[in-house]
Amino acid sequence: MRDTSNVDENTVTIQMKDIVKKFGNFVANDHINLTVHKGEVHAILGENGAGKSTLMNVLYGIYQPTSGSIAIDGKEVVINGPEQAIDLGIGMVHQHFMLIQPFTVTENIILGAEPRKGLVVDKESARKKIVELSDRYGLMVDPDAKIEDISVGMQQRVEILKVLYRGAKHLILDEPTSSLTPQEISELMQIIKNLTADGKSIILITHKLKEITECADYCTIIRQGKYIDTVKVDEVDENKLAAMMVGRNVQFKVEKKDNKPGKVVLDVKDLHAKDYRGVDILNGLNLQVREGEILGIAGVDGNGQSELVEILTGLMKAESGSITVDGNDIFNKTPREAMDAGVSCIPEDRQKHGLVMDFTVDENMILQNFARPEFSKHGILKKDSIHKFTSELIEKFDIRPRGCNNRLARQLSGGNQQKVIIAREVTNDKDLLIAMNPTRGLDVGAIEFVHKYLVEQRNKGRAVLLVSFELDEIMSLSDRINVIFEGQITGEVNGKDADEKELGYMMAGGKTDEN
Amino acid sequence: MKTKKNIWEGNFIYIIFSIIIGFLVGAILLVIAGVDPMATYSALLDGVFSDKKYITYDLVYAAPYILTGLSVAFAFKTGVFNIGAEGQFVVGSLAAVLVGLFLDLPPVIHGIVAILAAAIAGGIWGAIVGLLKVKRGINEVLSYIMFNWIAFYLSNFVVTKPGIKDDSVEATRMVKDSARILLPENLRIATRCSSANWGIVIAIVAALLLWFVISKTTMGYQFRAVGLSKTASEYGGISSSRVFLTSMALSGVLAGIGGSVLTLGINGRISQFAGQESFGFDGITVALIAGSNPIGCIFSGIFYGAMKYGGNKLTLVGAPKEVVNIIMGTIIFFIAIALLFKRLIKSAQEKKEAKKTVVVTEKED
Repeated sequence: MRDTSNVDENTVTIQMKDIVKKFGNFVANDHINLTVHKGEVHAILGENGAGKSTLMNVLYGIYQPTSGSIAIDGKEVVINGPEQAIDLGIGMVHQHFMLIQPFTVTENIILGAEPRKGLVVDKESARKKIVELSDRYGLMVDPDAKIEDISVGMQQRVEILKVLYRGAKHLILDEPTSSLTPQEISELMQIIKNLTADGKSIILITHKLKEITECADYCTIIRQGKYIDTVKVDEVDENKLAAMMVGRNVQFKVEKKDNKPGKVVLDVKDLHAKDYRGVDILNGLNLQVREGEILGIAGVDGNGQSELVEILTGLMKAESGSITVDGNDIFNKTPREAMDAGVSCIPEDRQKHGLVMDFTVDENMILQNFARPEFSKHGILKKDSIHKFTSELIEKFDIRPRGCNNRLARQLSGGNQQKVIIAREVTNDKDLLIAMNPTRGLDVGAIEFVHKYLVEQRNKGRAVLLVSFELDEIMSLSDRINVIFEGQITGEVNGKDADEKELGYMMAGGKTDEN
Repeated sequence: MKTKKNIWEGNFIYIIFSIIIGFLVGAILLVIAGVDPMATYSALLDGVFSDKKYITYDLVYAAPYILTGLSVAFAFKTGVFNIGAEGQFVVGSLAAVLVGLFLDLPPVIHGIVAILAAAIAGGIWGAIVGLLKVKRGINEVLSYIMFNWIAFYLSNFVVTKPGIKDDSVEATRMVKDSARILLPENLRIATRCSSANWGIVIAIVAALLLWFVISKTTMGYQFRAVGLSKTASEYGGISSSRVFLTSMALSGVLAGIGGSVLTLGINGRISQFAGQESFGFDGITVALIAGSNPIGCIFSGIFYGAMKYGGNKLTLVGAPKEVVNIIMGTIIFFIAIALLFKRLIKSAQEKKEAKKTVVVTEKED
């Protein structure tokens, strides 16, 4: 819970009243109200597709509301575009950063708002202003560093600086923590406090309940485009928030009974690999996953996790080492050979690897198995049995909307896309299930679902390798946790007595006493 | 309401629109050139439709265009831009002529063998580019264009060889009658079209077959999967290399057959080229108008063939026959920006509906 609050209850800065936004017959926002005070952190909570982004795009001038009114600092306004929103002091930090990699921090910040001295860009005065802003809010950004050389957390601060530089008084942060490490998250929380102490108001879009209880003053909950409630965060707990967001009670703690791990399924020995630039990315990695256990790989993004998963699934070649699944060698084999040896995978990027986005759900369900006799005969697809198979999975895995067989994967929400992948991979019935960031970008309801299925696979005696940047997820699901750092497993912790601080320390390259 | 929406969401209406705009732009240019557009278009219409002879010729001319169109459309499905249909078409023609000149086979069989030779030649031409792409990572557009020129000069080289070249003209000798794929004589007389041939039948059968392969078979499934998302397909265990190689070879086969239809059906020989004849390039136009749909290629190929055939008669009314090319170019231009149309119309509809709902809510208030 936050210790100090900077809310000035008497000064309303942003007031959105009865906002309705329709796209054709679809109502994305249905009479939504939002009131933000000076110095307040106001969280907007909702599942994917609940209408959070639409509401923010209305505030930022990207969409015009179908009806309703907006007042900024007490004055009713019509916001026709982002330029006007910026003039009104609204700044938006997007989830996906919009920075030019080879440019310096200063160059990125002034892009589009360059101060001039005669005909030339006055970089020096800009640099001074940036240093001053950075110091005032504790951002600690080096104005001369190139974007390609700084961490993701630092890039986000550059984005925050960018909107501050343009004079933002009201900041919208869209899923700001989705790619940060625990340390970076706590630093961001401090920055948010510094900003509100200076009288800025912050709208925080998130579906992470912990962040809301940690740093927000108020929370507005939206469900299926409808305004549910605005609550004082001090007066509610995470369970209450989750229930309001999803519309039912949510199970947080994953039910997991004790399990005795069986024989080794995946055995990786001394794995070395280079990334696409030819830089060493895996440096002698060893790990084992047994039947009936979940092995969690904790680590900061960029320490070789993606490459490890790509090598295990046959998408990328390693330099040396050995990999076996159930004793079968799959080192540098094709994806098909890895699959046949018993590997299934929930990939990191569901839109790039998991699904053919412009295929229907029917077509996506048979991506690996179209050649099986159930689905084709003499090279001709059996559309009816594919349809029937998919319908069963849609029912069993609660993929919505029901009867979406002929919809394109693109038209489903993120959570339902993930369900399609899980339905397919779990039904594949392989001995090893690899899951990389399986809940990224999903809301609590969908997360609960994914976790339930991962544990169910473990209980069925399958080996599960869970690679995730979400420490909470690793800790609540894993039987054992391996920490990955610079392409090696640098530590192992038992899942039951894992400690967040200790893991965070190890993830940053620190060694524990026992080691 | 519902049916109206469906029309705007499909592609058909935009293609029709683009065709109309193409003709309008052509008319404006004709006026600028000092020619009466109404007279020109009526001459064009007459030249295309007014006689069963003309209609037969339309179909005769359409066949090679349908086949190159299919070739391009098929490659499109796997995400490959087959700008090399031209070269595949040329080597196909060449192979067909050589078989037609030098083999001694009974009628019908001779024709079939010549077509098969053309198919193989075109297929190899496409497969080489595919190999370069898959094994060496060379962008297929570059190698396609180079292979077009290799085919062009190879053909000219072969055509002028003694024993192949005709004594009196800059072309090969006529292929043996047994290799021709003409319709029976009584039908040719009845339609008053001396080069009426089986080409259109071959083209339509090829289109139906292709449609079947793409939409009904596991092979077509893999082709489409790779075309839509190479990464997800590889993840699913589909070898994109194999798919590219097969699809590029098969699309070469289609263009090669197109070449044989031209030589065995219409010309009976190959002339020495002064420049690329552009049957392959025109296949891109045909595929675009058809939205890469094999069945659509039948219709857009016929449209294209008829325009080309009818265009030849424009000189009779004093209009340049290039008008037809301008019209076709404009059509392609507008089809290419059809997406923009689509978006404009959609957003206009959205606004209209938004207005309606505002009115409704105001009334409710």
